[in-house]
Amino acid sequence: MLDALLVMALGAVLLGAALGYAAVRFRVEGDPLVEKIDAILPQTQCGQCGFPGCKPYAQAIAKGEAEINQCPPGGDEGIHKLADLLGREFKSLSAEHGIEKPKSVAVIDEQACIGCTLCIQACPVDAIVGAAKQMHTIVAQQCTGCELCLPPCPVDCISMQPIGASVETWKWKYPVFKINSTQRDAA
Amino acid sequence: MSALQRLFKFHGGVKPAYNKEASTRLPIAVAPMPASLVIPLHQSIGGMPRPLVAAGEKVLKGQRIGGADGNVSSAIHASTSGTVVAVEMRLMPHTSGLSALCVVIEPDGRDEWIARQAFEFRSASPGQTRDFLRDAGVVGLGGAVFPSHLKLNAGKHGKLDTLVLNGAECEPFITCDDVLMRERAEAIVNGAVIMREILSAERVLIGIEDNKPEAIAAMDVAAAEANCKAGDAAIEVVSVPTRYPAGGAKQLIRVLTGIEVPHGERSTDYGVQCFNVGTAYAIYEAIALGQPLISRIVTVAGNVAQARNYEVLFGTSMKDLMALCAPLPDSDRIVMGGPMMGLLMPGDSVPVVKATNCILVGSQALFPPPPPEMPCIRCGDCAKVCPADLQPFEMYWFSRAKIFGKAQEYNLFDCIECGCCAYVCPSRIPLVDYYRFAKSEIWAREVEKEAADVARERYEFRLLREEREKQEKAAKLAAKTAAGREKAAAALAEAVKPAATPEEDAKKALIAAAMERAKAQKQEVHPENTADLTPEQQAEVAAIEARRAEIREMAKPHLRQDD
Amino acid sequence: MTSYLFIVLGAVLVNNVVFVRILGLCPFMGVSKKLETAVGMGAATTFVLTMACGASYVIDRWLLIPNQLEYLRTLSFIVTIAAIVQLTELVIQKTSPLLHQVLGIYLPLITTNCAVLGIPLLNVSLRHNFLESLLFGFGSAVGFTLALILFAGIRERLEAADVPVHFRGTAIAMITAGLMSLAFMGFAGLDKFK
Repeated sequence: MLDALLVMALGAVLLGAALGYAAVRFRVEGDPLVEKIDAILPQTQCGQCGFPGCKPYAQAIAKGEAEINQCPPGGDEGIHKLADLLGREFKSLSAEHGIEKPKSVAVIDEQACIGCTLCIQACPVDAIVGAAKQMHTIVAQQCTGCELCLPPCPVDCISMQPIGASVETWKWKYPVFKINSTQRDAA
Repeated sequence: MSALQRLFKFHGGVKPAYNKEASTRLPIAVAPMPASLVIPLHQSIGGMPRPLVAAGEKVLKGQRIGGADGNVSSAIHASTSGTVVAVEMRLMPHTSGLSALCVVIEPDGRDEWIARQAFEFRSASPGQTRDFLRDAGVVGLGGAVFPSHLKLNAGKHGKLDTLVLNGAECEPFITCDDVLMRERAEAIVNGAVIMREILSAERVLIGIEDNKPEAIAAMDVAAAEANCKAGDAAIEVVSVPTRYPAGGAKQLIRVLTGIEVPHGERSTDYGVQCFNVGTAYAIYEAIALGQPLISRIVTVAGNVAQARNYEVLFGTSMKDLMALCAPLPDSDRIVMGGPMMGLLMPGDSVPVVKATNCILVGSQALFPPPPPEMPCIRCGDCAKVCPADLQPFEMYWFSRAKIFGKAQEYNLFDCIECGCCAYVCPSRIPLVDYYRFAKSEIWAREVEKEAADVARERYEFRLLREEREKQEKAAKLAAKTAAGREKAAAALAEAVKPAATPEEDAKKALIAAAMERAKAQKQEVHPENTADLTPEQQAEVAAIEARRAEIREMAKPHLRQDD
Repeated sequence: MTSYLFIVLGAVLVNNVVFVRILGLCPFMGVSKKLETAVGMGAATTFVLTMACGASYVIDRWLLIPNQLEYLRTLSFIVTIAAIVQLTELVIQKTSPLLHQVLGIYLPLITTNCAVLGIPLLNVSLRHNFLESLLFGFGSAVGFTLALILFAGIRERLEAADVPVHFRGTAIAMITAGLMSLAFMGFAGLDKFK
């Protein structure tokens, strides 16, 4: 009995010492996982996930503090990518964090704008130009469509407008062959 | 001479029914002037040209109406003289059925040219020549509409070995290059001579498929003349075997020179550059005659009573052009290009553009609807005919499952969408549709990713800026407080008031000083740009102020809520 | 010499640890979705299993048997394997963060991989000497890697295949694994040459 205890204790001490040494020897700094998650997130910085930006959300996912289905702009495709990266099961978008909307940009009704600069302070990517008591406008190319400028506007002059396709951005449809009744009869 | 040329073979290819006879019976005709011209501003690969005219302006034939946006772009010109009726969104000759900015011109019937002047390219620098061609709107007329000035660059070696002129015209029904070579061989060869000088190319090979004997004969005569004039034998007309797609740039280069341009590299790095014969003609017109690109030869064929080639001004509607050929009553669709690679048009109101080499009128009888798609049986026929040496069935497999990364690993972007694979597929799978779908999805993702990267950068910069501002503010405040304390202490020392503690006095003095400052500021501040205004401007300002006051009144409940 | 070859070959093909012994199914199903993950997992398992076979032989031969502590075999083997896996994890995390990330949860799971415990125990019951133990462990691990890579290749294509809705995912993977297992039975014929 004593032999057994001694042998196991000896083994435990030896292995523990070896592991302890290895842990010091092979210490890793930083977390490359956060960068990878951040690269998948759409960078709208909208905060719909409950975190103040995409990077904090990425950090929370990496730590296991957040689910992967809290990003509405990323949509199902983004969740699939995160699930693939992290080896987790796919979950559909959590309803409490919002729904996937078509990509849009904010547009200021320049007639109604009073130049209060509140939206400028709210914009996470500095896509709104203007100064106090001057009309503001949104640089459409840089707008991520995060909607963060909507609530602060005192005169409700900002609206979201979906981006339509142009000849350059138009995408070919997935080929679908419709079987109509005559062909089915013929077959 | 051409018999001596050693020819090579490209992999794959098919031999569809050519159907070229109908449209070559008659010579090129000039299409009559339409009632109005709708000229799209974006007719080439690259940036969208900026409109240079506004509605109501008079323009002359050949006047620039769209300026090139950056170097990767090409200018647009008025096809005839007249009045600009509108600059507005019009239906584009594109499968999407979307609209884009067009200049609508009502011709005045005089067809009056701008001052034309030949360009002295021999005394100009290569950069000047390229700028001239960009502003003359010369683009590749084979169908890809890639700006030609970008291709007139000799690559990293500074000189070219071979300049290839592409007269193969391999796609069924299309004969615009064929008739152009028959009737205007001399101008094409002159264009080739100009290009050869610009590129300092050793020799010029003009590749023509052997099913166009008349074109070969005409070009042979013109080439011999030019060779005689130059005293060498640099220009050679080569008859190449008829096999689709011998007219693909990479395929023709392979056939004529044996050089296979590898994935991701340029042919100029191997000493070869390839131009369409129509482009050579356009370059000749631009440089030797000073005429910008405002028209091209268009084949009208398919389900029409009289197929023929027309010289058409850009902006002419396809409906007007088709009417000349009397389309048969059962015609139900228009395809721009040939049956293999052509694009279905959203309607007949779309204009002829630089990319329009052919208008193919279709009907149920001529092009019956494709039979149902069956599962892929992995027979490998598509790989056998692929002229780009790809594995179409793998690309199809992954494109269909939307696994785009894998599709790209099989070099999806080397696919030239020639349609050979779909042509031979025994399961009748529309393979090219899948490739187009996958390609546009991948492009869209690329664009999205770029936008996300920009957004991330801007967001991080904003965080940095906020942090910096906070620090600056803190530093300023600290400095101010320190200065204020000192001042107050000095005042205190002068007054010598033992009643209050020095701390309290300092605070009081600070507050007083701040109030003083605020008062002074209030008096000083007045908008600088309202100093000397005309009465009208003042009235306008007053009106705006009134509107603002109104808005403020309207906004008050909101503001209070926020408070 | 040939007997050593037969040990390796037999472990790789005839008695393939996954398809014939039906051991180590958890990582076999879990890490076979992508080819590159499968290769990484195979390499990690090969390293761990070979080490584990060597270490467990030493412990068994010179620690447990002399002290008549054979009843502690399972316990001590598990502890040893756990330590080796931890070590491997630390080393991989340092040398190849990407592989570490890709393997994720499955790396520590090698600890509880029944193949990794099963092979050292088989070594004992088959009375292998030290070299034979090492070779048997290595061969089995190569067999595991082979199974993993083959299966990953098939699954990558399966992902793009037209599978009836209810069979998608794990269901069709299980069916495929069963078919592959049947196919590997064919290697039993190699027995003749023994």
